[in-house]
Amino acid sequence: MLAVLLGPLLWSVPIDEIDFTARLQGPSWDHPLGTDDLGQDLLARILYGGRISLAVGFAAMLVAVTFGVLVGAVAGMSGGRVDAGLMWLTDLFLSLPQLPLLLLIIYLFRDALTQVVGPEIGVFILIVIVIGGFNWMPVARLVRAQFFSLREKEFVEAARALGASRLRLVLRHILPNALGPVIVAATIDVAAAIIAESTLSFLGLGFPPDIPTWGRLLFDAKDNLDFAPHWALFPGLAIFLTVLSINFLGDGLRDALDPRRVK
Amino acid sequence: MTQYLVRRLIIAIPSLLGISVILFTVLALAPGDPFEELATNPAIPPDVRANLRASLGLDDPIHVRYLSWLLAMLRGEWGFSFVSRSPVADLILQRLPTTIAVIGAAQLLALAIALPVGIYAATRPYSIFDQIANTLAFVGFSLPTFFTGLLFILLFSIYLDWLPFVFRTQIDATGWRWWWEQLRQSIMPVLVLGLFQGAAWTRFVRSAVLDVIRLDHVTTARSKGISESAVTMRHVVRNAMIPVVTLVALQMPAVFGGAIVTEQIFRVPGIGSLLISAILANDTPVIMGVTFVFACLVVFFNLVADVLYGWLDPRISYR
Repeated sequence: MLAVLLGPLLWSVPIDEIDFTARLQGPSWDHPLGTDDLGQDLLARILYGGRISLAVGFAAMLVAVTFGVLVGAVAGMSGGRVDAGLMWLTDLFLSLPQLPLLLLIIYLFRDALTQVVGPEIGVFILIVIVIGGFNWMPVARLVRAQFFSLREKEFVEAARALGASRLRLVLRHILPNALGPVIVAATIDVAAAIIAESTLSFLGLGFPPDIPTWGRLLFDAKDNLDFAPHWALFPGLAIFLTVLSINFLGDGLRDALDPRRVK
Repeated sequence: MTQYLVRRLIIAIPSLLGISVILFTVLALAPGDPFEELATNPAIPPDVRANLRASLGLDDPIHVRYLSWLLAMLRGEWGFSFVSRSPVADLILQRLPTTIAVIGAAQLLALAIALPVGIYAATRPYSIFDQIANTLAFVGFSLPTFFTGLLFILLFSIYLDWLPFVFRTQIDATGWRWWWEQLRQSIMPVLVLGLFQGAAWTRFVRSAVLDVIRLDHVTTARSKGISESAVTMRHVVRNAMIPVVTLVALQMPAVFGGAIVTEQIFRVPGIGSLLISAILANDTPVIMGVTFVFACLVVFFNLVADVLYGWLDPRISYR
């Protein structure tokens, strides 16, 4: 991840420099990870794609967590009929087939949005909102469960007795205490969003072809597997290592925050 | 039992309705007009176009349109593919068996890995076996299916040349040879899907078994002198399966997502690859049909999970 952030400073070969004399080369000193069918440097493209994948991952996670915390907090504070309705909605979203719907929505709305704000930003906004919109359910459930147990605690009672308003109770007293599990869920959401974005690009339905995201690199590489395996291996490894390290981080955080942990 | 099933079915109807509402809203909100082509055609006067719109009900308020769309879907009138001109329902029915066969085999494989490995690892927590199993499971579910698929093709089809990497529907062989060829071409898609699911489930099984194994009733069973294997099978595993069934049911949408990707990589002629080709060809009726079928499959598997609960936990009686 550090390499993805600092990479463009260290490796300055332009991503779209086309060099037909160096087509489909394996790793060498000039091109550490080899080149693709147009002679474009893979290391530079992977570094660039990584920034997009990480940006999508974090932005989609923010959307999901914001929405999830909102739904969970409203359901947890109000209870009763509002709570039942919101939880029914959450369960409904949980049973939606996500990938087909993701594909459907992107297929239907891509053209309209690209006309308004341009191809790159348009697809970015669309992908972030849609992926985030399908990942908020676990966060909402977690926050609701936390709110149910926290709002009966003594310190909340005390704050209420001191005349704190409902909004202040939620923002200052309950929410900060409910955030532990949410952070864990958020880490895992980043990994899920990166995989979702790569899947879309891999199916040829993500960002426009001239933007080399990791999934897109794999999509381009899969028809040349027999004579240029390095082209598929390196972006794939990049996705795998990123997701693996994020998952490890989430797992470590869960262990650190879990009160039931056996020492 | 029958009564319970009927009741669960009735509870499943609102979620199917909810899904259909979401599908229809997405479609209705989407920009683009089916009459765009007619509007630019100078040979068709505007009033003819308006009449056509009215006769097809496009000017009706949205809830009327939703109801007529829903009724048509229920009657099995799913429209015709823009590309091949054949009925959508036929196209889907042709390809559904392949998808179900591949997904089903992959789920069986995942269960065959996850149950023994997860239980064995949980009965010996923090042993070497547990550590190795944990690490492998972690690696397994961090590897996206599209990358494992490409890796398998590289290894088994290109370097070792053992397995074909394109799935064929027409195999010119009969009897045992047909089954052999079918097996050879199914191994890789099933392995890719099955290993991914198996890795995730192993972690579920392990943590569920670990939670149950500390409970008092297990200690009681042990102190009665029941053998360790009987304690594990009868008293631990059955109770541990309840949360596992929940998590597996929650994973069903992800399973179908993985199936779409796998079908695309290995060119398996299932409904997943039908969906992708329909999207690339702007074939709206087929896209709607396939998405709806996926939604129905997910709801169906949630239903199966509910029935399994009743079997695993007699306290949830079939009332």
